[in-house]
Formats: sequence, C-alpha cells, structure tokens
Amino acid sequence: MATVNSVTTSNAVQTSSVPLVEVHELRKNYQLGETEVHALRGVSVSIEPGDFVAIMGASGSGKSTFMNILGCLDKPTSGRYLLEGVDVSALTKKQLARIRNQKIGFVFQGFNLLGRTTALENTELPMLYSRTNKNDRERRAREALAQVGLADRADHFPSQLSGGQQQRVAIARALVNQPLILLADEPTGNLDSRTSVEVMEIFQRLNANGLTIILVTHEPDIAQFTKREIVFRDGQIKRDDVVKVPHMASEVLKTMPTIRD
Amino acid sequence: MDFSSAFVLALRALGRNKMRSSLTMLGLIIGVGAVIAVIGIGQGAASKAQEQLAAMGSNMLFVGSGSVNRYGLHVGSFQTKSLVLADARAIVRDCPSVSAAAPGTGTGQQVVYGNENWATQITGTEPQYFEVRNWPFASGTSFSEDDVTQAATVAVLGDTVRKYLFGSSNPIGETIRIGTLPFKVVGVLTPKGTSAGSNQDQDDVIIAPLTTVQKKLLGQEWLRWIMVSAVSRQASYVAQQQVESLLRDRHKIRSGDPDDFVVRNLADMADAAAEQGTVMTVLLTIVASIALLVGGIGIMNIMLVSVTERTREIGVRMAVGATEEDVRLQFLIEALVLGLIGGTIGVIFGVASSLAVSQGLGWPVRIPPYAIVVSTLFAITIALFFGFYPARRASQLNPIEALRYE
Repeated sequence: MATVNSVTTSNAVQTSSVPLVEVHELRKNYQLGETEVHALRGVSVSIEPGDFVAIMGASGSGKSTFMNILGCLDKPTSGRYLLEGVDVSALTKKQLARIRNQKIGFVFQGFNLLGRTTALENTELPMLYSRTNKNDRERRAREALAQVGLADRADHFPSQLSGGQQQRVAIARALVNQPLILLADEPTGNLDSRTSVEVMEIFQRLNANGLTIILVTHEPDIAQFTKREIVFRDGQIKRDDVVKVPHMASEVLKTMPTIRD
Repeated sequence: MDFSSAFVLALRALGRNKMRSSLTMLGLIIGVGAVIAVIGIGQGAASKAQEQLAAMGSNMLFVGSGSVNRYGLHVGSFQTKSLVLADARAIVRDCPSVSAAAPGTGTGQQVVYGNENWATQITGTEPQYFEVRNWPFASGTSFSEDDVTQAATVAVLGDTVRKYLFGSSNPIGETIRIGTLPFKVVGVLTPKGTSAGSNQDQDDVIIAPLTTVQKKLLGQEWLRWIMVSAVSRQASYVAQQQVESLLRDRHKIRSGDPDDFVVRNLADMADAAAEQGTVMTVLLTIVASIALLVGGIGIMNIMLVSVTERTREIGVRMAVGATEEDVRLQFLIEALVLGLIGGTIGVIFGVASSLAVSQGLGWPVRIPPYAIVVSTLFAITIALFFGFYPARRASQLNPIEALRYE
C-alpha cells in the first residue's frame, strides 16, 4: 500500500508502477427499510493494467456492489477508489458519466442491447455521448463489431441474433471507446456452455492485446479462463489467488460439440 | 449528445410507437386545429361584418318610425304615422352634425317585365339616397328631383331584380309593371351583397321616387324611415342626439314619454358587431386552449409511461456515459418533436377545416399569420412544459436500479 500514498491524485501518468485500480478500505452501507445493510466492509485490492480478474462469491457477498463502484455507477460510503491514480470518489456525477464513457466498458448478464436498434447502432451508442462525428462513429463501430466477429451482422436487430451474438454486440459496444477496463457482470450467465466459452475466448484475446478485464461470475469453470480469482464473502475479500494454469478457451472450444453435433 | 443526433433519436423513438405517438399528438392536433379554425372563422366573420357596415356608410344613422303601444301591447316597428317628409327636411336644416338625409318608405310588390315576373321590395326615396348609402350605378342614372315632385313613374333596379327580369339584356329605357302601374327603368345599381345583420339580399330591390311610392303604390303620406348621414363617423353620436331631440320636439313628446321613432347608429352597430366577434373569438379560443391543455396532459401521461417502459434503456445509456442532461435532453426533444409535428398537423388540419367551412357554408374565412405562429408556439410550449417532468424523472433515475429494472 506504500505506493498508493506516493501517487499524487492529479495529473497521474499511467506507468507500470501505478496500479490501474486501487481501492482502499472501501465500505458501502445501504439503508434497506429499517435495517442498514453493510454491503462492503473494508475492501482493499489493487489491479494492475493487463490483468484478467474473476470476482466470485455467493449472492449478497458484495461483489455486485463492488463492481458498481468500480464502474463508477455508485459511490462508496467511505474509503478510496483510485482509477489510474485519480480519486474517483471525489468526482461529480457528470465527471463520473464521462469516466464511464471514456474509461470503462460494461458487459451485462442480460446483454442490455436497445431493442429495434441495429447491432451497428447499438455499438455506436457510447460515442453518441462522446460527441464523435457520424463518420467516425460508424467506422469505429464497424471495427469493434469486426473484433468480435460480427462484421456481417451490423445491420441485424437484436431479435435477429442469438444470445451469444447479442453478447458479442454488447462487447463491441463496450470496446468502441477503447476503455481502460472492461467490466463484465456475469456475462455468460444467460448463455449455454459452448457460447460461454466462445465469449471467454473473445475476452482472452482482448486481454492478450492488453485490455484489463474484471468479470463477475458464479461459475468456477468460467473463472478458470481468467488470471486471478477474487472471492467475496460477507462484504470482504476472502480469497485472492492467481489462477495457476488458466484454461485456453480456444483449446477448450475444439473439444466441445458444436450446435450441429 | 449533440442536438441533431438527439433529434434523430427522438424521431426514431417516436417512430417505434407510431400508433401511440399519433394518439398522443391528437390532443395537440385538435387543439391547434380548433384554435386556427375558430380564429379564422371568427376573424372572417368580423371583417366581413366590418366591410358590410363600412359599405353602408359608417357615419350613417337610421331613423325608423316607431312601434305603436296599444293597451300595453307593442305591435311591431314602422307602425307610427308621425314620421313625415317635413321631419327629414328639418333634420338637414336644424342638426349641424348632419350632412344629408334621405326620407323613404317601402312596400312589397309583384314586378313584371315581358314574360318574367318577380316579387320584390319597392323603396320610395329621394335622389340623395344613393349618396347617403354610398351606392354607385352600374348603368343609367338616378331619377331626378323633378321626378320626385311630379311623382313620376320611373325606377332604378337593384342587381338581383335586373338579373331575374332582364337576364343579359339592357333594361335602361324599358318599361316594367309594378303592381298595376307601368314604370320606366332609368338606372341599374351595382351589386351590394347581403346585409351584415340580417343576411338579406340588399340587391333584391327597386328604388322609385318617394312621392310615387307614397301616393301611387301605398296611398300613405307618412315615412317609414329616414337615412341620415352625419358629417363624420365621430360626429355620428352627436348627430344621433341632435336628431332625437329634434324629433321629440317636433312630435311634441313630453319628457318621460317614450319615443315614437327609433334611431340606430351604424357606427354603434359596427362596434357591437366587432365586439360580439371579439367576445366569440375569445370564448372559443379559451375552449380551444383547454383542448391544447388536455393535449399537453396527454403528452405528459404518455411520456411518463414511456419513461417507465424504457427504464432499462435509460440505465444502459447512463452506463455507457450519458449524463443527466443527456437523458433529460433526449426526452425533452421527444416532447418537442411531438409538439412540433402535432402543431404542424394541427395547422394543416385547422386551415383545411376552415377552408371546408368557407366552401361548404359560404362563410368568409380569414386566417391571420399570427394565429398559425402563436398556436404552433403554444403547442410546442405545452409539449415542453408537460414533457419536462417526465424528462426530469428519467434523468434522475439511479443507473444501477434502472439496469436491474424488469
């Protein structure tokens, strides 16, 4: 933790010595009716650029709250969250929206694509809020779709795509503003096992290219595709282990039956 | 988010629910349409009335013989026999605010020319009548002062009578028969149209010398009316007082007793007509505004439903970087577009229905440009006003809860 104190919160330059995500004594309390819920009870962790982390834990363990704070959708009750050395907990709502737009990509369990909107337009969505001009928007959205292997589905509506394809569109949407971190909240929760592995294969490929990925999952199998497993229990980190030999999704896929089989 | 993409987004969002969007706009369409139709028809009627009264001469007074009060029973106007030619002469002589006066009487008669016949009104008067009424000749001339003194059987035709008796042939110099008497046609008047108040055809008339009508057609010495011209419109009220006191004096009416004549001031009638038109327009505009207001409430209702329905969408937008302002702008622009499209269709609808009314019922319609601009702006304002609350509500959503919303 000594490094944290040496980092100035402003004008922080990302170097290998600065963790991408640095949280310190993070606490979050909710008022749920009469009772106060302590969702996070002092979480400290740091995540380096290029890491691939699986966050696990039972429901109610605080992992979703943690992800929401990491994603700048929520603010901690106390504690510090430094993103690239910048103290995010001090920012205004508007500044947080900007960070979500520029530095964070979200992938959800339920895909959360806009209905009756083409894959291309769904992918363009974050750029609507970063004032990217029309031509750049379309070009970059097509590039992002190509990255997830959906170049030929750009004009399809979500209803015309399979679950796996929809999730890939969501990943393209998360990538399109070239974020620092990809946050995925149970991205394979609604997918069959082969499609899940396909999605993990995309994540592994993106991670190999330097993208930091943090994903929440219930499934130990899925966590095996990551580099690091953090297990939450009762609002605290119970375990934080390196995955010794991560499974290679591309290899696993070869052993799995395709839908046609 | 920039304005043009927000605009495209709003059009799309509304396009996805065409039925709902059009129903939402319906309130505004009807409201704006009603405002425009009401103002168009109201203004048309008012300006027509003004025109007609101006054509009659706005500085004109109409003096009529009064109604008779027999045992407490009023039996119609033009009944007293006290209004006579000498009164008309005295009015011109003794009232300083009066420039001219034309005495007159009238009777309904059957008129015959060749094989054609026509029932019309015969007006007996003096030559200055045409000046007082500001009524030019289409052809021929008036009868003369001499014709009046000699009770000559000459006649001037109104345009309607000319049409029915002569069609396209020239009536000047021809002889027609009024009742049993032959009359020589000396002039034809230009058409004047229907009168402001009663919708009577003013051209369905034959005008002959006063004495001729009194003696040869009616056998009466008294007058039914005197048309009085004041020196100016402003002077017409003073002239009215002068005429009234003169006639009371001449008819020896004791103070406290009612007049045996009636004086009507056309400037008064013009003002009354204008005022009536204004009151009508204001009333109907209020009703139309209520329709607009109801339309606005409809917009709010539907937009609240839409915000609830799209909670997840709002959550997603916030997650990918939409600020509160972005979300608020998105919904405000949807409201704006509803107002704009609803207002525009409303204008088209209003103009079309006004035209239909003017075609179908023959009412004059005049739509002032301000009515179109104001009602469209009003529609947009209403839409924005009622769209603001739902838009604000959308922007205040918590993204985490919005994303979890089922």
